[in-house]
Amino acid sequence: MDMNQYLEVFIEESKEHLQACNEQLLELEKNPEDITIVNEIFRSAHTLKGMSATMGYEDLAKLTHQMENVLDAIRNHKLKFNPEILDVVFLAVDDLEAMVQSIAEGGDGKRDVSDVVGKLLLIEKGESPVQSEAKSEVAAAAAEPLHAAKSHYDEFEFTVLQQSKEQGFDTFEITVALREDCLLKAARVFMIFEILEKIGEVIKSNPSVDQLEEEQFDHEFTVTIVSKEMKDDIQKKLMKVSEVEKVDVNPISLDELRQYEEEVEIIQTTVSEAPANEMVKNADTPNKQEDKKATSSAKQASSKTIRVNIERLDILMNLFEELVIDRGRLEQISRDLNNQELHETVERMSRVTGDLQNIILNMRMVPVETVFNRFPRMVRQLARDLNKKINLEIIGAETELDRTVIDEIGDPLVHLIRNALDHGVETPETRKANGKNEEGTVVLKAYHSGNHVFIEIEDDGAGISRDKVLAKALSKGIVTEQAAASMTDNQVYELILASGFSTAEKISDVSGRGVGLDVVKSTIESLGGTISIESKLGHGSVFSIQLPLTLSIISVMLTEIQQEKFAIPLSSIIETAIVKKEDILNAHNQRVIDFRGKVVPLLFLKDVFEVPVFEEEDDFYSVVIVRKGDKMAGLVVDSFIGQQEVVLKSLGNYLMNVFAISGATILGNGQVALIVDCNALIK
Amino acid sequence: MTDTLAADVKLIVFQLKDKEYAIPVNQVQGIEKVEHITRVPRTEKFIKGVINLRGVITPIIDLRSRFGLEEENFTDSTRVIIVSVNDLEVGFVVDLANDVIDIPVSSIEPPPDVVGVKEVEYINGVAKIGKRLLILIDLEMILGTEQFSSTRNEG
Repeated sequence: MDMNQYLEVFIEESKEHLQACNEQLLELEKNPEDITIVNEIFRSAHTLKGMSATMGYEDLAKLTHQMENVLDAIRNHKLKFNPEILDVVFLAVDDLEAMVQSIAEGGDGKRDVSDVVGKLLLIEKGESPVQSEAKSEVAAAAAEPLHAAKSHYDEFEFTVLQQSKEQGFDTFEITVALREDCLLKAARVFMIFEILEKIGEVIKSNPSVDQLEEEQFDHEFTVTIVSKEMKDDIQKKLMKVSEVEKVDVNPISLDELRQYEEEVEIIQTTVSEAPANEMVKNADTPNKQEDKKATSSAKQASSKTIRVNIERLDILMNLFEELVIDRGRLEQISRDLNNQELHETVERMSRVTGDLQNIILNMRMVPVETVFNRFPRMVRQLARDLNKKINLEIIGAETELDRTVIDEIGDPLVHLIRNALDHGVETPETRKANGKNEEGTVVLKAYHSGNHVFIEIEDDGAGISRDKVLAKALSKGIVTEQAAASMTDNQVYELILASGFSTAEKISDVSGRGVGLDVVKSTIESLGGTISIESKLGHGSVFSIQLPLTLSIISVMLTEIQQEKFAIPLSSIIETAIVKKEDILNAHNQRVIDFRGKVVPLLFLKDVFEVPVFEEEDDFYSVVIVRKGDKMAGLVVDSFIGQQEVVLKSLGNYLMNVFAISGATILGNGQVALIVDCNALIK
Repeated sequence: MTDTLAADVKLIVFQLKDKEYAIPVNQVQGIEKVEHITRVPRTEKFIKGVINLRGVITPIIDLRSRFGLEEENFTDSTRVIIVSVNDLEVGFVVDLANDVIDIPVSSIEPPPDVVGVKEVEYINGVAKIGKRLLILIDLEMILGTEQFSSTRNEG
């Protein structure tokens, strides 16, 4: 069988399962007693094993198999969970990740796993199953040995069964086992259900239908149906579905069922040794838990997804951009022609394309989770390396950002988190001495606000010392002494983002190579974002990143200079003003204006852009006040055309690094307008 | 041209001033009429600006200016030849583009050794077809970014 077509799916799913393993393992570290988490990990590992064995990746399968054994032992209480086991399992997951990575890069996924496998084996054998512990297994296993019915039925389902019985339907419990190497389990499940729905009515399935559709089961599932068909017929029909290994059809009688339910209750009460008055409650809980699970999986199911190659989305986006340009053109034509019908049609089209724009932009939005989810592992590892105790809190991982931004933001965040861990949070001893909790907290927070997304990295560590930063900056020649004296605290903090700066007294592997933070700053600025720092000595610091929601469609102010049109991004505009010629002041060859009590230098774009002059200027200047950080400047243009949403396009490979031009856009009339890069104009 | 030793080459022929030039057809994406060109400030003089070529921003180079010939106003016959070399897509403004011809590779001769003429560095060879002399231009040299990138960055 040609496996190539499945390879992509395999890699994607493996990554997802490994990510799930990672997350659950971290969770398990916090709640070592929680067996449901072990179950989750086990399930992921098991699926991974099945998939990799099918795809022929032996090492991968071998390692997952061994990992699975250990997990199985833990969940069956044969092994006591302890941090050493966790470490080895983490190691195993690391190896698995490396292998999947190698497969994704076109490698063979081979890797020497004997070391980790050996360790896992030792763990598995390290503690032989203790008899006394085995007893508690009875409780878990109790449900299975009773042959009659595998599923529990709640009151409602029971009533349904009873009513069907009265109408002459028989109840069957069908257990279907799929082949181990079944590739499209969900498809098989669908086929089986289709058959079942023809011959009767499905009352219940275990696991739930949603879980089955998402392939959240091993190879076996149980379905309860009511039907008038014969037992053998049902079995034969089901066996026709390919890749089905075994079908067991058991007619069940309601009396038996009732009896069985009672039995289970008794077993549960005796095992749990609960006081008699809690008996009812206890019997209820499993159902409740099941309900909860069902609702949560139902939520997942309601947001069904398909995988789309990002390239296709890019093509869609490009096509849509064309449409936006034509829309602008149509709007203009309809204005010129002044035809009522045309007006209406164009307006409706504008509205539809507006909605379409939102949808397409949304499609390209990815939750920051995809970036954030690798941080817990990283922080855990770093905290160990640094001998610090650190608790990472992630807030707002569901916040969405354009994919292009997501792709770029990962590395800067890694730098900032490393920085927070290394330089921010103190060692446990120091923290204790300062009366703080030994465990430091780093909060990674993302949220939307207006047209921007904010990502904050907050630590409750030592904070930034103004004096130390200044001393260092002076010694490195980054600032002069005079400038230093007049700087605000925030300006001083921002010095640590300057290139060639590193405040760590000891250079460590983690950070402090002095290259990290200035790269962070430039990356974020290249994304059209800003970064700011707040800090309180002794209490910690906050690095706050502001990013635009999307990079491809931006709002601009269109302006005219002589016969040329320039677009100025709205994000850097404070406001526009009309200034009289006589209000312009001169300061050292620099023309300035008094703008709301502030002296703002004027930049004549006509001169900056060497615009050929055709007409004489009048007595008023149209000024666009723009800012970069705390600095402001007034850009003098000839007239304002208006605000517009435009598609940002690059000037291409040939015209790179054009001064003060960040790109171009196509206007409604098909002409190109250049977009002014205000950051380059303000120095 | 080395890869088509025995065969013919198909060339797009265009005019600058009174001479005929040629570009292999496989490097040409299309020939357009001159539309509105948006000037890009502080770039080389021969870069006329950018145009909207079906949604793609395409830089426009005036070949007259690039070859050091005097510039002329655009006329009805002025054309933009869109070429694509090494991922770069640019348009050349030429006086006239009116011919596609096949010539045997063997008729291409190396460029004549003339010192002091600017265009010589951009010439790949010449081809003589009857009475016509076609000058084959070297696109990579014309688009070569190294030689003027330093001056451009200052601007």
